[in-house]
Amino acid sequence: MNPLDIHPPLVEQLLVQFLREELASAGFSRAVLGISGGVDSALVAALCARALGPENVLGVMMPYRTSNPDSEGHARLLASALGIATRKVEITGMADGYLAAHKVEDRMRRGNVMARCRMIVLYDLSVEWKGLVVGTSNKTEILLGYSTQWGDSASALNPIGDLYKHQIYQLSRHMGVPAPILDKAPSADLFEGQTDEGELGFSYADADRLLHHMVDLRMGEGELVAAGFSVDFVRRIAARIAATQFKRVMPLIAKLSQRTVNQDFRYLRDWGR
Amino acid sequence: MDCRLTVAQTNPALGNVGRNLEEHVAQVEAARRAGSQVIVFPELSLTGYFLKDQTAEVALSVESRELARLAELSRDISIAVGFVERSDDGRIYNSVAFLEDGAVLHVHRKVHLVTYGMFDEMREFAAGDSFATFRSRHGRFGLLVCEDAWHVSSGYQHFLAGADALLVTSCSPGRGVDGGVRELASERTWRTLLEAYGLLFQTWVVYSNRVGWEDGVFFWGGSRVIDPFGAECARLEGLEPGRLEVRLTSDALRRARVATPLRRDSRPDLLARALGRLSEGRNA
Repeated sequence: MNPLDIHPPLVEQLLVQFLREELASAGFSRAVLGISGGVDSALVAALCARALGPENVLGVMMPYRTSNPDSEGHARLLASALGIATRKVEITGMADGYLAAHKVEDRMRRGNVMARCRMIVLYDLSVEWKGLVVGTSNKTEILLGYSTQWGDSASALNPIGDLYKHQIYQLSRHMGVPAPILDKAPSADLFEGQTDEGELGFSYADADRLLHHMVDLRMGEGELVAAGFSVDFVRRIAARIAATQFKRVMPLIAKLSQRTVNQDFRYLRDWGR
Repeated sequence: MDCRLTVAQTNPALGNVGRNLEEHVAQVEAARRAGSQVIVFPELSLTGYFLKDQTAEVALSVESRELARLAELSRDISIAVGFVERSDDGRIYNSVAFLEDGAVLHVHRKVHLVTYGMFDEMREFAAGDSFATFRSRHGRFGLLVCEDAWHVSSGYQHFLAGADALLVTSCSPGRGVDGGVRELASERTWRTLLEAYGLLFQTWVVYSNRVGWEDGVFFWGGSRVIDPFGAECARLEGLEPGRLEVRLTSDALRRARVATPLRRDSRPDLLARALGRLSEGRNA
């Protein structure tokens, strides 16, 4: 047994309750999310459909002209299996309106622009759909900072942000996510042939195992090396976590007054629900 | 003791005392109609838990009209209710009031405030400074609020004072879904702790934990009653609000204490001497 194994029916029950209660606290009962054809958004769509009823979930497909056509095919397969509403919004026009006009060639910049175009579409459709944007980032990528700030990381609430990639697959199998989505290599699909593991330079299985020991079990470098991790891998991941901390917090506010938002003005979002 | 008791597993609205008070009234009425003589609500049941800057804004005096309204209902059924207490000297406590016969019979102020990991209680609250049992018309009770129960000295004081039942109230967040088992890590530790209390202190142990979500953190419920032999005799399943009705009898207390007379054989004098040496800085 993998020590990261969850009990899928329990986690399903918790996340369904989380979606219902936290949406209701904000005064909503509907959800909108981007469905990429990948496993993370497939799982979130399945959880939303279970929590809110498929008729209250809008899955949005947002291909760019270079996107792998399989991505849209898998997104449609998922949506029809779940019975959720779908919308297709091509982002080529809005992305190229900027990228071409300003001759942006850098791969990372182009990927970030696409991710932020998708965020704009989702937040706009959330008004029309009268639902909140539900996030699809998992714990592994949040800790690694493998996301675009204010792009794919933007959401009102995220049911899967405390689940490692291994746990995402476990819960997805339990929730009946279609096999072609479970079987393919994870990819952000921001350029042709991209895979997450190719770009990161290590496997999700290795990253999950190290992050679990480092973050959840609070092991230091010496203990991690004794547990069998290479010192290079440990240092590389530790540096990556620290370097991307800015993606996990709200913007810094210069404190000047007696009472400053998020410093000594502290309330939950569920304040006065 | 021979009393019919209800554990109310509720989901308070954060900082909304008015709405929570109405829910308390409804729960008290339902328990009274079902024939219960005591009802136990979770920690901070009138306010919700992660209050942060709301803590001072929702604080109530023991003489507040909110507690007076519940006290009025306590002529028919005794009520243990969690609230943020503002004392006469302006300090703020995480308190439980035990209401009976139309008045406040006893107030316990949480002694062991949790301030680590996800908790920040010492920032919001002053700490209580005693554990005192009290005699209700339904028996002798000892109150413990959540982390109080994690210090065995708390339960031991109630044990020495002859408590018939420990009323343990909590807002315990659910944590630990790995390991492949259905039971949360947080529930596993509480189950062990509560059953050990029943076994070692030979009292009824009543555990009232809340449910619901506050900014992505859930409270796992699982309210239960442990008998004086350390065995679970009733439990609410799942993560939903509910009421648990049980009967606490002195027969069970008597049988447990005859079978294994732990209080008779306890040696608090040895403990007192050891504590004396320790507090003087000498190694016991």
